[in-house]
Amino acid sequence: MTAVQGKSAPPRSAGMARGAAPIAAIVVAAAAALPLVLSSYQVGLATEVLIFGILAMSIDILGGFAGRTSLGHGAIFGVSTYVVVYATAQAGLPPAAAFAFGVLAATLIAAIFALLAVRTSGVYFLLLTLALGMIVWGICLRWTQVTGGENGMRGDVRPALLLTHSGFYWAVLAAATIVSYAMWRFVRSPFGLTLRGIRDSESRMRSLGYNVPLHLFIGFTVSGFFAGIAGALYAMFNNFVSPSTVALAQSVEGVLMMIAGGVGTLFGAFVGAAAIIALENLVSAYTERWQMVLGITFILIMVFAPEGMIGKLRVILAHKMR
Amino acid sequence: MDRRQFLKTTAAALATAGAGVAPWRAARAQTDPIKIGLLAPLTGVVASGGKEMVEGVQFYLDQVKNQIAGRKVELVIEDDASNPDTALQKARRLVEQANCHMLIGDLLANTGLAVTNYVKGTGTPYFIPIIAADDLTQRARIKNVIRIAGYSASEFTHPLGDWALKQGYKKIATISQDYTFGHEQCGGLAQVFTEGGGEIVQQFWHPLNTADFSPYLGQLADLKIDAIFAMETGADSTRFIQQYAGFGLKAQTPLLASMNATDQSVIRTLGEECEGLIAPAHFAEGSDNPVTQKFVRDYEAKYGKIPSLYGFSMYSGVMWVAAALEKMDGKVEDREAFIDTVLKTELDGSPLGKSVKLDAYGNPIYDVYIRKVVKRADGKFWNVPLTTYPNVSQFWRYDPEAYMKQPPYSRTYQGIKKT
Repeated sequence: MTAVQGKSAPPRSAGMARGAAPIAAIVVAAAAALPLVLSSYQVGLATEVLIFGILAMSIDILGGFAGRTSLGHGAIFGVSTYVVVYATAQAGLPPAAAFAFGVLAATLIAAIFALLAVRTSGVYFLLLTLALGMIVWGICLRWTQVTGGENGMRGDVRPALLLTHSGFYWAVLAAATIVSYAMWRFVRSPFGLTLRGIRDSESRMRSLGYNVPLHLFIGFTVSGFFAGIAGALYAMFNNFVSPSTVALAQSVEGVLMMIAGGVGTLFGAFVGAAAIIALENLVSAYTERWQMVLGITFILIMVFAPEGMIGKLRVILAHKMR
Repeated sequence: MDRRQFLKTTAAALATAGAGVAPWRAARAQTDPIKIGLLAPLTGVVASGGKEMVEGVQFYLDQVKNQIAGRKVELVIEDDASNPDTALQKARRLVEQANCHMLIGDLLANTGLAVTNYVKGTGTPYFIPIIAADDLTQRARIKNVIRIAGYSASEFTHPLGDWALKQGYKKIATISQDYTFGHEQCGGLAQVFTEGGGEIVQQFWHPLNTADFSPYLGQLADLKIDAIFAMETGADSTRFIQQYAGFGLKAQTPLLASMNATDQSVIRTLGEECEGLIAPAHFAEGSDNPVTQKFVRDYEAKYGKIPSLYGFSMYSGVMWVAAALEKMDGKVEDREAFIDTVLKTELDGSPLGKSVKLDAYGNPIYDVYIRKVVKRADGKFWNVPLTTYPNVSQFWRYDPEAYMKQPPYSRTYQGIKKT
């Protein structure tokens, strides 16, 4: 564009904050140390937090950065799980090939969703993605020859190397670190900035000459790609899939995790996932009405911290820095 | 007193209370109880059955004062929410976090299959008095999954098919929930019925939790059939029976049902519409066997309702486990010996009034009643036996090896004989 403006430091929003890399390293190291202090059941829970954190992050790419919240990502996530389990159990493929097929399937489904949804926004986008998710759920429920219907499908998906809880956890942690970094670079890239521009004002972006539907299509598909990775990891974690994995409740849970952590904060997704999974498991040990407790907690978050937990943290830190 | 003072004193009080509790905790750890993990659907489409499962277990444990073979029993209950994903999560928690010695329960076949897949890896003894998926004691048998006090899905519909032929029915249509349990029950009926010369005119499958049966009932009304077989469980059976009567179909075509459809947990809430329905089962709460009558009276006295088959099955299941443990002096930690003892134990004293034993594949052999729903003197409805088929195993009159060569019943294979 114009000639080089000056030699001063890059603007705060685009570059990496100065302390970010060491903080990230400390967080990853702490996470890697968890299996040494937690019981194997809790390590399983931590693995779930990572997997659903990736799902919530993928939803955040669209919700936080493109301004379009999707209620169909559970279906995209679940399609990957189904394909991975089917590939292993019925087609006998090795884990790596099954994983690749799962992610591919999820990306394809996301592309199809995207084609239909990119020209809408706001409530319409929400409803359209919800409906598309329901179609996927209906197919998984009724196509019993392939998906097993209500019974679901079982498979020995997890590769032999990763059979222990800790081993699998570290593999998932490595995957989560790489995927988070990839997503972080994606939203920080010029493409990501365009998405943010679309979120802020679609008409302005269009008048500047950007192909808004194409950008949203690519953004949606990339988001689906990451959701597919989460789904494939879930297949390995559970060795089982049923229609509830593609159901609306799964999409809603992903959106809740994103919101609880903080829309647009990206890493808040892990915090949100941790909060919700911890709550589910802790509370359901005491009462079967844990969903009520979840609902009340959510209301409290919305009243006291609508920007999510990480969002609230940022606001507090910003005040302190002043 | 200002706020800071209040907070300090409260914190101190709570800390001492916490410290006071600690010695109690240590004392409990020394008695080392037998831990039983009970999985039941306390929420979801079959929540009515799930609740009865818990009651059945608690009824037995209350009778033996919570002691088996001299050791205390600790029952840990988890809700599987009628959903296989949740069942898997809870099974993991019971085995890995709560350290249960055994798992028992689950109602829906798909939840049972999910948990079975898990215990295949951990070797935890898993008892399934309610899960009826045929293959768990046939082609896909796993040693530590034992169907004590339970039944395989097609075990009771084989004799029903025979009974239907004897009634002179030539054409039957089936309507069923679309999952393994439904496929297998319909398959059992279809195979025996068609081999005896009958015809299965059409089969309808609907998802669990169908609220409106009118599309199916409309089609059923148009068919020229002698009877309808309905395989429904939980809330679906309540709705189906009500709509069946409401549509006027009840006056037109006799209804044969799976025993889950005419189980107490369902007919308790219904009125005249359930009268006269026929279903096959090993347990009939209206039977005049004195042991059964006593069980029903005691249960009714305690819980204020007639026991359902879910309560009865879980009660017998825990009774079976207790009988095996008594033989082993309560050493439940020795898994191999525990599983072997359970397989060899013959259960006396079950509310059926006769002893029950397992066949070579870990599935019980029963006398099957063809029961009818009738109204009791006090206005409540219950199941009364019409005729009995003695010593029915999961293989009916077929040779086990030959039977297992045919594929398991599924939506595409219903055992229907090609003419």
